[in-house]
Amino acid sequence: MRLQIGYFLILFAGGLLAFHAPPERSPQTPSGKAPEGMIRIPAGRYTPFYSVNNDANTKQDVAVKSFFLDDKPVTNAEFLTFVKANPQWARSRIPALFADSGYLKHWKGDLEIGNIQIENSPVSNISWFAANAYSKWKGLRLPTLQEWEYAANAAPTGENKSVKEIILAWYSQPSRKTLPVAGSVFRNEFGLYDMHGSVWEWVYDFNSIVMGGDSRSNSAVQRELFCASAAFGAADREDYASFMRFAFRGSLKARYTVSNLGFRCAKDL
Amino acid sequence: MKRSVISITLTLAILAFVLPGCGPYADEGPDRDSLGGFHKAVLTDAPEVPPPTDYSTTQKVIVRLEIVEKIMRLADGVEYSFWTFGGKVPGKFIRIREGDYVEFFLDNHPDNKLPHNIDLHAVTGPGGGAEASMTAPGHTTQFTFKAINPGLFVYHCATAPVGMHIANGMYGLILVEPREGLPPVDKEFYIMQSEFYTKEGFGKPGLTSFDMQKALDENPDYVVFNGSVGANMGDKAMQVNVGETVRLYVGNIGPNLVSSFHVIGEIFDKVYVEGGTLINENVQSTAIPAGGSAIIEFKCEVPGTLTIVDHSVFRAFNKGALAQISVNGNENPEVFTGKQRDAVYLPEGSAVQSITPERESAEIPERSLDEHLKLGKVLYEGNCAACHQLSGQGLAGAFPPLANSDYLMAREDKGAGIILHGLSGKIVVNGVEYDGIMPQMMLSNDEIASVLTYIRNTWGNQGGLVTAEEVSAVRLGQ
Repeated sequence: MRLQIGYFLILFAGGLLAFHAPPERSPQTPSGKAPEGMIRIPAGRYTPFYSVNNDANTKQDVAVKSFFLDDKPVTNAEFLTFVKANPQWARSRIPALFADSGYLKHWKGDLEIGNIQIENSPVSNISWFAANAYSKWKGLRLPTLQEWEYAANAAPTGENKSVKEIILAWYSQPSRKTLPVAGSVFRNEFGLYDMHGSVWEWVYDFNSIVMGGDSRSNSAVQRELFCASAAFGAADREDYASFMRFAFRGSLKARYTVSNLGFRCAKDL
Repeated sequence: MKRSVISITLTLAILAFVLPGCGPYADEGPDRDSLGGFHKAVLTDAPEVPPPTDYSTTQKVIVRLEIVEKIMRLADGVEYSFWTFGGKVPGKFIRIREGDYVEFFLDNHPDNKLPHNIDLHAVTGPGGGAEASMTAPGHTTQFTFKAINPGLFVYHCATAPVGMHIANGMYGLILVEPREGLPPVDKEFYIMQSEFYTKEGFGKPGLTSFDMQKALDENPDYVVFNGSVGANMGDKAMQVNVGETVRLYVGNIGPNLVSSFHVIGEIFDKVYVEGGTLINENVQSTAIPAGGSAIIEFKCEVPGTLTIVDHSVFRAFNKGALAQISVNGNENPEVFTGKQRDAVYLPEGSAVQSITPERESAEIPERSLDEHLKLGKVLYEGNCAACHQLSGQGLAGAFPPLANSDYLMAREDKGAGIILHGLSGKIVVNGVEYDGIMPQMMLSNDEIASVLTYIRNTWGNQGGLVTAEEVSAVRLGQ
């Protein structure tokens, strides 16, 4: 049911947003070469935290096609250029349907960040609708959940820590007053910066796998959707870091804004 | 037209008939759940408890909890990244009455990283409210439940991973008073036991955080009452006066361990077993399961400090599971006297009662003065010095001096009778009164002769030789 609503929202939003934010440019690149600021993620397979197979007993790897992904999260300064070009996405003008009252609340004004320290930090307090509109305006799109998880699973470079350790260390610290500058936390083997340890990130189909509000219940129906059960469907029950990421996504609606939630863009090859 | 007039009249008549039964104090019978009003719940931090409910009608109670992720003290010099209901660990104490409707608001602070929710064990419904209260950072959710069952219940966060949310501090107690209320007591306190699993281990200074492997192994570094080591110790002890009745609302959230809850020096007059309706009496320790509770009542008869422990006792003295109640007031010797006696006990020496009163040696040739002095010194240090001191000065007010003792020197038996038979009751030594007990010493005539010779010729004493024969004569009553 949630899944259907999610698709409905996406279709609904997609229709409206085409009107709201016409593309600025469409990065044309020679075949296979990544646009500036993006990384070509090679095709591959990975084991999703939650099985997507109908049979929950067979945990299968998922194939992910090659795609481009921003090497860093979108910054406040970058998002400001979008709002300037599309003033209907300014704080005072955005319809309540597309963002809750926390939208860009950390900015000084509609077209003013007002804090030089955060200009190059990831933009946060933006709704899924806003992130999606920004991506379309750039001629890009939001990564899918599978793409994002696959890209974020890559090991860190030059660190002794595992991905899981980086995530758990982030969870165990209360939020900082200002978010770190985009690209300053860590780089992974794909060349992507800050996939963890800075902000959560919107994905296109954030609500396609729903962890129920009560993480212990189990539903016989749509097990892998409501598998929240914390037992069924999870590839690794001890992967607390992933549990929390999926729980976080499960608490969201597309119009929600959160102080630690940003996004980055993707593109087909 | 005419028809509608009749209808209105009829409605009014029915209303007039029904309304008196729906008055604000209609607490009995089928209307006892009709709403008598609404109010905002008084919420308190441990060890405080909100005042008893002072209403006799069903109320709508508005409860608002704010979730805050923050760094606080776990032990002296140790800080931890806690997740809290209301900014403290444990979370706020909620007190309502059976039958109340609770309008529950959960605020997740915008600076928080994680979604949270709440499962109140007092809720009859899916997940104890967990599903309905799933809240993203910067958002507020609300649901309403009816408190059907009275009792003392825990609440906790149930967002995945549940164990980690609990281990980081997200729990508290909600009391649903029975309709008739609980019997009045003088003092009420809120105590919550929990464990912490830390990367650095017990007592290691600095900022620490959750260790998943230790939690899986159920091997906590800290077991504490009210969220940190020493939260209610010393000057933060709970204060009670002699003669007062005390009720403890105790919760144990675990996340893993079952508590062997005990108060050193008290017997629980009443335990509401597992926080429910069953009452047990005269209990020493009560088991509180993880995710469970107990209500405990006792009367503080005598002054002193009552130490609260998990009697799985290494948790108490090595991991922090200690709290204190300070009972202030006058002594009550009928119940407890305090220390009445502290005598030396020398199981391998001679200060024990003998079954055979005479242990006579084989014939030992009489010793010289030097031999007696040498042996006497050894015997004195082993048997006498603990009280009378090595210098023979005794201890003021407790043990009389032997050095320059007018009492000893004046005795005809040279002191042999004291060692042979012990001595109790009032004596005056060098003008000072003593009222103690000296036990009979299990020494032979020869040994007593040595000790007495040593005593009577040391520290300035000049009393000459005491022979075994003299001692034997005293022993035989000659």
